[in-house]
Amino acid sequence: MTEASQIPARAAPPHPLREFWEYFSENKGAVVGLAVIVLIALLALSADLVAPHPPNEQYRDALLRPPFWQDGGSLLYPLGTDAVGRDMLSRIIHGARYSLMIGAIVVTLSLAAGVWLGLIAAFFRGSIESVIMRAMDVMLALPSLLLAIVVVAILGPSLVNAMLAIAIVYLPHFVRLTRASAISELSRDYVTASRVAGAGLLRLMLITVLPNCMAPLVVQGTLAFSSAILDAAALGFLGLGAQPPTPEWGTLLAEAREFVLRAWWVVTFPGLAILITVLAFNLMGDGLRDALDPKLKR
Amino acid sequence: MTTNTVAEGVDLMRQYRVGQGILAAGADLKALRGASFSLRSGRTLAVVGESGCGKSTLARLVTLIERPTSGRLLLDGVDATAASGAVLKSLRRTVQIVFQDPYGSLNPRRKVGAILEEPLAINTRLSRADRAAAARDMMARVGLRPEHYDRYPHMFSGGQRQRIAIARALMLRPKLVVLDEPVSALDVSIQAQVLNLLVDLQEEYDLAYLFISHDLSVVRHFADEVMVMYLGRAVEQGPRDAIFDAPQHPYTRALLSSTPVADPTRRGEKIKLTGELPSPIAPPPGCAFNPRCRYANDRCRIEQPELDLSAGRLVACHAVAEGRLEAQGI
Repeated sequence: MTEASQIPARAAPPHPLREFWEYFSENKGAVVGLAVIVLIALLALSADLVAPHPPNEQYRDALLRPPFWQDGGSLLYPLGTDAVGRDMLSRIIHGARYSLMIGAIVVTLSLAAGVWLGLIAAFFRGSIESVIMRAMDVMLALPSLLLAIVVVAILGPSLVNAMLAIAIVYLPHFVRLTRASAISELSRDYVTASRVAGAGLLRLMLITVLPNCMAPLVVQGTLAFSSAILDAAALGFLGLGAQPPTPEWGTLLAEAREFVLRAWWVVTFPGLAILITVLAFNLMGDGLRDALDPKLKR
Repeated sequence: MTTNTVAEGVDLMRQYRVGQGILAAGADLKALRGASFSLRSGRTLAVVGESGCGKSTLARLVTLIERPTSGRLLLDGVDATAASGAVLKSLRRTVQIVFQDPYGSLNPRRKVGAILEEPLAINTRLSRADRAAAARDMMARVGLRPEHYDRYPHMFSGGQRQRIAIARALMLRPKLVVLDEPVSALDVSIQAQVLNLLVDLQEEYDLAYLFISHDLSVVRHFADEVMVMYLGRAVEQGPRDAIFDAPQHPYTRALLSSTPVADPTRRGEKIKLTGELPSPIAPPPGCAFNPRCRYANDRCRIEQPELDLSAGRLVACHAVAEGRLEAQGI
């Protein structure tokens, strides 16, 4: 510890965001994760400018070209081409849009609905709690992919419906996490103190209790973000998610499965893209949890 | 000093339904079986008794966290048991609480300033700047430094946290503060500091304290009046000196004899209580203390004694009323 940090120079407290960044940046892995996510997000946003080719353009003279460093590869198609001559790099860059969108929308929907249901179950207990939690138990009892398939079968196959289905599949995790931590927080004296001070239900839920339940939710949220990308890929693989020729990463994998043995690059690069994105989110989630937990602050 | 009555409880009762399930019929846990008290401003009423005697339930009723099953609670002359809406909201401002555990009673996610300002933000229309000024003013009164305003609770020691909790309780300028074992989680050296602070604040704001404790040596220094509770009922109630100098009820005698005395020449015979506190779901018939009382006779096992004036305080005991204790030379 440096000398400067031992002397409490507290004349002007740092801005909350600045303070948050101070703690967040202590975790190098989290910073790397954030950097990767920012990079992927920038690529996704500027895909039309960055990608060397249009994602769905078929080059009939260049079917299943290997990446540029292998014999037969060229820098024209840096990561090779797929079975119908589409540039892999361009498809992966465009696919980042879909994957990030799927993750963001699924986690937002699932977290928002899950937090509300969990808080309601924790605050009202009794029969309301029983109804909510038993419904969640029923959803957990079904295999998640099967449940997603059922939901998509009801709503019809499309990317939007796949996202809705995945959001519903992840709902029980958020509900249970929120309810469990809210119940344990509700028994603490500071909640009672807020009640004695006259705090209303919404204030108790959202200002007093919810911030103290966020740490597990942030971690679960980042995990769900990556699982959502994977599940969307699985649904795409089964033809129930993103429809070809959408360059969604999971669909890329699915389209390439018959060429796995002949052309390793058609599955490796989309797989790596998924792996790196998922890893980056998990690293960042870890750092977020540490930075958001005031008990770890000095 | 004005001495108007701030809080008055009349025969307060509170039952909890326990063990209710699909198969079990459930039973009533009688946490509080009729407690009456009257508290004037500037005075301290201490409630003592062992765990499970209803002390904390009484605290929850008085602070309006829960409603009594029956009985009446008057706060500042207004019937709190019948109040609702705006009246209840204004009553909440007259009574605040300081909890036992200073580690659990402060929201770990909020800075000290925000914790102190929350009661004002909920109950007043003060501007942000006025709230901050009020919080800083109160911090100075309880002995916190201005730079503590922007710190989180976990940066403080137990004693400092309890000062924060006291400051929060006083932000709304209550007339009654319930102190639920406010010093039992603190070091002995810190206990004295916090108790002195409480005494100073009581004089400054003319506060009434409902002091809940099982530490009789603290009660002896701090209280004006004492209520000894056993299984949800008061067994002895009266001025501190009367109770500490000449306890009447066998339970009070046992409690007092169990407190360590620093003077070896005054060490008297310890009255050992055998057995456990009976279940509050099925309290014994007659006097609740009869299974553990060595003076109990048939009347004690059938007829419940009522509080009765005896030697300057109220006592609920057949043996005292009949003079049986003195006959056995105690």
